[in-house]
This record gives sequence, structure tokens and C-alpha cells, in this order.
Amino acid sequence: MNCTEFLSKLTDYFDGQDGQIDPSLLAEVKAHLGACHHCEVVVDTTRKTIDVYRGAAAYEFPQELADRLRAAIMERCRSTGKLPDIKTK
Amino acid sequence: MALQTTSVAKDSQHPIELAAGAETQTEISPDVALVERAKAGDAAAFEQLVTQYERQIFRTALHITQNREDAEDITQDVFFKAFQKLNQFQGNSKFSTWLVRIAVNESLMRLRKRRSSRTVSIDQDVETDEGSIPRDFAEWRPNPEQNYSQTQLAEILRKTIAGLPPGFRTVFTLRDIENLSTEETAAALGLSVPAVKSRLLRARLQLRERLSRYFRQNEASE
Repeated sequence: MNCTEFLSKLTDYFDGQDGQIDPSLLAEVKAHLGACHHCEVVVDTTRKTIDVYRGAAAYEFPQELADRLRAAIMERCRSTGKLPDIKTK
Repeated sequence: MALQTTSVAKDSQHPIELAAGAETQTEISPDVALVERAKAGDAAAFEQLVTQYERQIFRTALHITQNREDAEDITQDVFFKAFQKLNQFQGNSKFSTWLVRIAVNESLMRLRKRRSSRTVSIDQDVETDEGSIPRDFAEWRPNPEQNYSQTQLAEILRKTIAGLPPGFRTVFTLRDIENLSTEETAAALGLSVPAVKSRLLRARLQLRERLSRYFRQNEASE
């Protein structure tokens, strides 16, 4: 497996580490990673990229906004009279 | 398969009918009970669904449109449309995925309106291989995000993801931020699973390259 072939399997490698990836493919990927520092760096930093985005809130969603949106949505729904006929609490 | 502008506009009139039943999942979600109560006229149940998912829908819309006002409008529209079509939700897919599908359609339609002279589709700018080939092989500092305040980090993340083409940004948002499965992402976008994987790879690698400017070792913070 060369670097280009490795790269083409990167998504499968990331998304299939819970046992879904073909064991022989996983062995090839790991063998390549053990021998190629550049690809090892790409894997580590790509994984970190995903983790950073998952762990950090790029956009604030303050409670005030949540309350305001929810109130507006419920008011809109209640005003329609269309099905389903949601009763007011 | 492209989610072209024309179909987005058309779908947006009846997003639920086209989406409902598109999946064959058999997973029973606790949300199904809330939906059934809402269908029976329980406002509190519907309000609870709004409470549970308004953050996710707002965030998805904001990632796609990159506009806070649009995201607020879209969030309201998504739940209102879901309310109007609630009887069509059969529980064959997760309620959250159903909502996300509507949000993606609404967001792409809003992008199209903002760029009135241009077609906006999920395929936009995805035909090039540029960005798929790593160029930066610098290692990152340990826990590099800790070198920035939450405000600084949020700004970095916003800037880096905003630079992605919409097609990449949407796939990354659904798959990696909102944690939809590859299959759910494909269903939400009307793409094949291989297409989602391809775009996800490119999105991840492009974001990695951009973040590397901030996170690699022995580099001054920007």
C-alpha cells in the first residue's frame, strides 16, 4: 500500500475502527502507518481536527435564543389550527 | 446524485413527503412516543421535541448558510413544517434525521436566494481533487486548542469551516459535528454513500490543512 492508496482508505479507517473495517485492509493500513511518518501525521491531525470540531462550540446558542426561538415556533404552530390539532397546555 | 437547486426549491414545498420513508431503519426512538403524543394534540410533547433539537437544527443551518439571521429563520421554518407534516412521520427514520433533512433543504434554498444569480447545489465545487492531497506534514502541539481561549478557538473554527465549499461543509457538519451516520448523511443529502465518503475525506483533509496553520508545533499563534 502506498500513500495514495492509504489516503483513499482513510475514511473507512476512521469510520470503521469499531470492527466494521475488513481485517486484512486494517492490517495493510496499520503496516503502512508504521512505515510512513507523513501518513501517521495526517491520521493524527485529521483525527484531532474532527475531535476539535466535535468538542468545541463554534457557534454560541445562548439560552435566551433557545427560549425565543421555541416561543416563536410554538406560537406559530398554535396559530394555524391545522392538523395535528395540538392543544394548548 | 446532485441535490440541485431546482429540486431543492421543489422539495422545499413538500420536504417531508419526499423524505419520509426514505430509510428502512427499525430503531425505535424514544422520540416516537413524543411524536405520537404530539400527533394526538399534546403541545407539551411537541415543545419538548423543539427543546431537544432546536440547537442541532440551528447549528446545522448556521454551518451551511454561515448567516445567523438565516439560521434563526430556518430553525423556525423547520419546526413549523415538521409540525404541519407530523402525521406523515411514520417513525421509519429517526425524528432528528427527519428534521435535519428539512433543515438542509431549507438552508440550501436560503443560500440560493442569497446568491440569486448562482445555482447552489450540494455538488457545488466538489469536482476538483484539489485539497485532497495533504501538503502539510507538521505535527501538532499536544492539545493545541488549549493555546487559545474559547472565543479565539471558536473564531478559528468558524473561519476554517467557512472556507470550505458548501458541499463539503454540509457533509462534514452532518457526519462529524452532528454525528449522523454515513448512511443517514447520504439519505439527508440525496447522495450515495461513496459520494458522502469522498466529500467527507476532502472536507476533513482541507480542514486539517487549515487548522494546521494554528495548531502545528513551533509556530506562533495567529
